[in-house]
Amino acid sequence: MPDLLLELFSEEIPARMQAKAADDLRRMVTDKLVAEGLVYEGAKAFATPRRIALTVHGIPVRQPDLKEERRGPRVGGPEPAIQGFLKATGLSSLSEAKIQSDKKGDFYIALIEKPGRAAIDVIAEILPVIIRTFPWPKSMRWGARSAKPGSLNWVRPLHAITATFGLETEEPDVVNFSVDGIETGQTTYGHRFLAPAAINVRRFEDYEAKLLDAKVVLDPERRKDSILTDAKQLAFAQGFELVEDQNLLDEVAGLVEWPVVLMGSFDQEFLSIPAEVIRATIRNNQKCFVVSDPKTGKLANKFILVANIEATDGGKAIVAGNERVIRARLSDAKFFYETDLKTKLEDRLPKFEQIVFHEKLGTQAERIKRIERLAAEIAPLVGADVAKAKRAAHLAKADLLTEVVGEFPEVQGLMGKYYALAQGEDASVAAACEEHYKPQGPADRVPTDPVSVAVALADKIDTLVGFWAIDEKPTGSKDPYALRRAALGVIRILLENEIRFDWSERLLSWIGELVRDIYQSLYSSGGTIPGAAIGQLVSEWTKGSELSRGETFFSEWTRKLAVENPAFFPALVERAQSLLSFFADRLKVQLREQGARHDLVDAVFALGGQDDLLMIVRRVEALGKFLDSDDGKNLLAGTKRASNILAIEEKKDKRTFDGAPDAALYSLAEEKALAKAIGEVKAEASAAVAKEDFTGAMSAMAKLRPPVDAFFDKVRVNDEDAKVRENRLKLLNEIRSATRAVADFSKIQD
Amino acid sequence: MDASLPAHMRPDRSFQGLILALQRYWADYGCVILQPYDMEVGAGTFHPATTLRALGPKPWNAAYVQPSRRPKDGRYGENPNRLQHYYQFQVILKPSPPDLQELYLKSLAAIGIDSAVHDIRFVEDDWESPTLGAWGLGWECWCDGMEVSQFTYFQQVAGVECAPVAGELTYGLERLACYLQGVDRIMDLNFNGREGDQKVTYRDVFFQAEQEYSRHNFEHADTAMLFEQFKMAEEACKKYLAAGWREASNRREHLMALPAYDQCIKASHVFNLLDARGVISVTERQSYIFRVRELAKACGEAWVHTEAGGVA
Repeated sequence: MPDLLLELFSEEIPARMQAKAADDLRRMVTDKLVAEGLVYEGAKAFATPRRIALTVHGIPVRQPDLKEERRGPRVGGPEPAIQGFLKATGLSSLSEAKIQSDKKGDFYIALIEKPGRAAIDVIAEILPVIIRTFPWPKSMRWGARSAKPGSLNWVRPLHAITATFGLETEEPDVVNFSVDGIETGQTTYGHRFLAPAAINVRRFEDYEAKLLDAKVVLDPERRKDSILTDAKQLAFAQGFELVEDQNLLDEVAGLVEWPVVLMGSFDQEFLSIPAEVIRATIRNNQKCFVVSDPKTGKLANKFILVANIEATDGGKAIVAGNERVIRARLSDAKFFYETDLKTKLEDRLPKFEQIVFHEKLGTQAERIKRIERLAAEIAPLVGADVAKAKRAAHLAKADLLTEVVGEFPEVQGLMGKYYALAQGEDASVAAACEEHYKPQGPADRVPTDPVSVAVALADKIDTLVGFWAIDEKPTGSKDPYALRRAALGVIRILLENEIRFDWSERLLSWIGELVRDIYQSLYSSGGTIPGAAIGQLVSEWTKGSELSRGETFFSEWTRKLAVENPAFFPALVERAQSLLSFFADRLKVQLREQGARHDLVDAVFALGGQDDLLMIVRRVEALGKFLDSDDGKNLLAGTKRASNILAIEEKKDKRTFDGAPDAALYSLAEEKALAKAIGEVKAEASAAVAKEDFTGAMSAMAKLRPPVDAFFDKVRVNDEDAKVRENRLKLLNEIRSATRAVADFSKIQD
Repeated sequence: MDASLPAHMRPDRSFQGLILALQRYWADYGCVILQPYDMEVGAGTFHPATTLRALGPKPWNAAYVQPSRRPKDGRYGENPNRLQHYYQFQVILKPSPPDLQELYLKSLAAIGIDSAVHDIRFVEDDWESPTLGAWGLGWECWCDGMEVSQFTYFQQVAGVECAPVAGELTYGLERLACYLQGVDRIMDLNFNGREGDQKVTYRDVFFQAEQEYSRHNFEHADTAMLFEQFKMAEEACKKYLAAGWREASNRREHLMALPAYDQCIKASHVFNLLDARGVISVTERQSYIFRVRELAKACGEAWVHTEAGGVA
């Protein structure tokens, strides 16, 4: 069967877009072929900086013929309906139609035979549409044709389209079509500098071979392999080791059609710059690899570059040019680094007073003060030294104002650590300067040093509390301040370090303090809002007071905040609760991603009042294990049965069956046994939960299973005596409430 | 490179020789060779020969040197690669010709960059000018790992879709000259291509200016006055724009797009000075950029209603 070769030859395609473009081309063409009944044998797509190419082999020569029966109007039906039928089916008269009878009468039937079309014609229709609708992340117009609307959009100017179709043994045909003035053909071009002449190609096999002769390696994987192999060898030959970098390799392979690996060097003196900065300089700006000394593991004063040409001088000028640029870049970096070292981190802080963090959340300086305060408050909870946590929070952001971080934002934090060490800070304080940003993503490490933990939590919580205080929460896909990441970071830090943390009251105080700060700056002429005002609000809230009634007890400012602006305090509470449930949602997502059953998570959350994340997770774990056991499964079944019966009877009687059952009304042994077991299990499970021994609580629960099973086996709930019936329903309700010591079983799926 | 050039005119020996070689090359192609715009601008793109002429249907091919001011980049003449005043060589071709990349590569050959020996690469660089309300796609052009030019297909300028699209080439002249002359510091460039007593370096011409302007830009520029100037330029721009509209018998025309645009350029430069003085906060910064962009967009709108802008 014939093969299709397609190449779209353009000006340089951004490296980062090439792989997806090749994949999109393959997917779009093959999907369309299949939709047209052209089932192919295989397809593969490739990309270089100047072309995306596709080969599809084993395409049938023709589409299969289609036979279709179309039912028309009733025999003797109205004339317009019959004319419409003839027109739609292409029949010249009713004599060409069959008549078919069924229960409803006789109907005309047209037999339509649609012969399959030649595949090449179908392809000629498919391809221009795909090209016009190709999903480039960014595309552009160009040239004289862009004067008119509807001109082609492509990633960069498109110059030629090669499209051939045919059998291996024969001269293939060109798939004829044109897009925005570009006619298809079988001419492509070799390497821009090494072999720029036109090349006539027939099909994929000679296309790939001729391109290789013309110094174009079509397959990006082949280019990557050759770069990696050559780079390793070149490094090895000189006694070094390549520092591998997959992202850089992917990018570099998208910048060359004919990779030529060369090695250059830089002055030893630059090795005094931190290795990460050298690497960032050489990688980001020059897209070159660095190498290390295998004996020490430290960077060597060499770099590896990938050129796109075999230069006539063997690459001397290219190496010299790159060395010159890298020297300039590194001397900038060295200058920045040395300049930075001359200023102490704390001396940079006043500048933060001029830098707005967020319009409504004040300056960076104000934010740093808040983080300090929070870090000091959190420190004792995570076992960190308060003074060190405060110091670390004080300095942690200062490197943002250094020259090196200004130049290479990705080394923020890391430079803070270096500068902190250089000025003789405590090792934990220095480490926190780097680690307080962690974890930056799901794959990133969580800090473990208590000082880092305190500052990392403070940093993230301040962000979250701040944006909640001003009511800028993430919505849908919009999360411009990465608040989900911050919340997940908090969750991971707490869980992985097994830190206990009660949220509700704390969050409210923090949001309250922040709102006070915001108010403070709004009403700075009105005097200082005392911290006590917020404290008072929060304690009233936790006591469940209605503030409007208690106004006379409050200080002037509390009144100002809470009474003159009655919406203020409820809004505060609403925000604290909303932030709590945001944490709960992130925790659910996190637990689900780790494979926990989401219904178990829901069953624990449904208990309410759960704001210690670590305890929630422990409970979910214990519950999962319990439900895997026979006791767990049967107890769940028994509880569900009790709930179902209750639901039906509650509906029937339009009442609930709360309240303690009357022991005097028990008549059967199973009833008494169950009542006794519930009493014991409840006490035992609650005691275990109080000790946070969730496994113990679950084992206690297991004891409920035999009496529950026996009860359902022997006892008829709907007794004729209404009082006995009511009492038995109350007993069933007791089963449900007993299990609530560990989870809301009704949320658990079977 | 033209082998018949005398030594002092060779682009690899002389800064002015480089400029002259580029002018010659693009003049031979058919470009109008313009002189720099007589106002302070941040980049060659601000020259009305690019910003405004890129708009409208009429063909336009021009090339020119544009002194560019980036007050914030001043380093008192001490940084080897950064200056607050430098030169760009700007080429604008509308519509973008199909062989623009080849034309560009030949221009490199004309200044002595041989593509058989040097590794020339087109590396993705999406260009956007928030102050001009402009964007385009193209590349940074690399020679042996050094960015020597920017290459852009304008898609939108001053808020107006380009139809047809213009191709813009910007050569960073000092950097290119450092490469060609094999020097590491801009100040060490040979400016006039002479040797011995007759040699004039970039330092001789510009070092003092870099020092003086750095002092001015960072320490002394009168911010109260500049804030006032920004407002005045903004108001003037709006005033001239409003006054320029005329309803002709069958069309709406604008008669003062260029003078109005001058005020937009002025506002933009004043903003850059204020920014260098560090008196504009992050949030205010956005609002200033927005204000300049609004001026640029209004000027673009006016321009497409002028003769050269192709009013029909």
